[in-house]
Amino acid sequence: MARRRIFLLPALVAAFLVSAAPALACGGLIGPNGAVNLLRTTTLAGYHDGVEHYVTAFEYAGGGGAFGSLTPLPGVPTSVEKGGDWTLQRLLRETDPQPEFLFDAARVGAAASAEELMKVRIDALDLTVLRGGAAEVGQWAADHGFRLPPDAPEVLEFYASRSPIFLAAAFDATAAAERGQNIGDGTPVHITIPTPNPWVPLRILALGKTSGERVEADVYLLTDRKPALLPGPRGSNGIDLAHSQEATQSLLADLRSDRGMDWVPESGWLTKIEVDASAGQLRYDLAIDASGQGTPSRHQAGLDIVASSAPAGAVDVGRLLTTLTIIAAGTLLLILLVTSRAGGGRTAAVR
Amino acid sequence: MTRRRWLAAASLVGLMVIAMGAGRGAADMSDRTIEIDIHYSRFTPGTLTVPAGAPIRFVLVNGDPIDHEWIVGDAAAHERHRTGTEPTHGARPTEQSIPAGTTVETVVTFETPGTFSYICHLPQHEAYGMVGTIVVTGD
Repeated sequence: MARRRIFLLPALVAAFLVSAAPALACGGLIGPNGAVNLLRTTTLAGYHDGVEHYVTAFEYAGGGGAFGSLTPLPGVPTSVEKGGDWTLQRLLRETDPQPEFLFDAARVGAAASAEELMKVRIDALDLTVLRGGAAEVGQWAADHGFRLPPDAPEVLEFYASRSPIFLAAAFDATAAAERGQNIGDGTPVHITIPTPNPWVPLRILALGKTSGERVEADVYLLTDRKPALLPGPRGSNGIDLAHSQEATQSLLADLRSDRGMDWVPESGWLTKIEVDASAGQLRYDLAIDASGQGTPSRHQAGLDIVASSAPAGAVDVGRLLTTLTIIAAGTLLLILLVTSRAGGGRTAAVR
Repeated sequence: MTRRRWLAAASLVGLMVIAMGAGRGAADMSDRTIEIDIHYSRFTPGTLTVPAGAPIRFVLVNGDPIDHEWIVGDAAAHERHRTGTEPTHGARPTEQSIPAGTTVETVVTFETPGTFSYICHLPQHEAYGMVGTIVVTGD
């Protein structure tokens, strides 16, 4: 049986920033000292024999109390466990060789309720796998003291329409401090997800950002063969192809030797996608087809999902119907008048 | 008058009635009730015109899975709320908290003509675009 395997090694910021700043209603309460920044999160997701693996590092970037993120997942995970310690760094080293001191500085960037399918504690992270739509996930966040940013309703619907599965990661800064973790320290997490349709969430990276803010991330893909991607990395669309070649044996061997990484195959194609987009530009995900068919799914890329930035209520249906009615009535009136005039002419002729 | 002319006249009258109805739009205050929908962290409608001195019942429908606010006032009032510390609102008619998925009603009388804003002052919401305008006329 031909082995179907795709490795997705996305270095992406985990998703929805959910601030656990005091739930005060007036504006300006998330001050520069109170806000916690998830600067960047590096993620490795692997797909092999129908199972996708994510290894994500959640990095503490400052602030106090608790904060967290939500990451949309393509399916229900079978396990959530601590990830390997060097996998993500090794990938960066593979595609971005650089002096050690620079490497250290650049490693893994920063930083009715939903159904709880799984709860796991890893170091100072409380991880919960949720199943639910936008309303349920929003309620779950509220129930747990997290406040979602204003663009969350639209973004949650964008994802829930495809896969209503989310990974909520709550970072306990106090616990992190007690563990001796410092700002910049990351906690790797390995998520195993059986799914027939792997995709990498990109739009989620823009959550909580204003339209003009930049989103930067690295997305690594390791596939059996050169993958077809949608959208194609063109640079101008916010994603660019930074690396695309056969994965080296040394890389695969190194990855395989890390904790929980024995699923790494004997060979593969390594692709690195650099995300450098404005938040307003990043309204899609990355669909991957490494089957050789060359047909990445528009649906999985989120390109077929109508998630207008304009509220549904912005389309005034009543007014639209009224306008159509007026047009129809006007047309009818015109027809009647013309017909009547024509008839009148004939009548006058009779006289 | 021929039957067709009667029909034409009737159509014209109907058209005028419909057009008058269309012209009323969201700003019509004949029933003194205005519904403001919140979806994807936006107010709809985003602009209202109301008469001064008349009580207006606002029905605030939050269809989002997150909480919102509806604060009406002049620039000074909004500046206070940008740095305020009240966790929730509701005691004053012009200041309402609207929990996720709920509907809140309030009655406001604008005593003097002018232009006011209604804004959600939850963090980031105003910058995201949760701002509307109320024009109070002296009619």
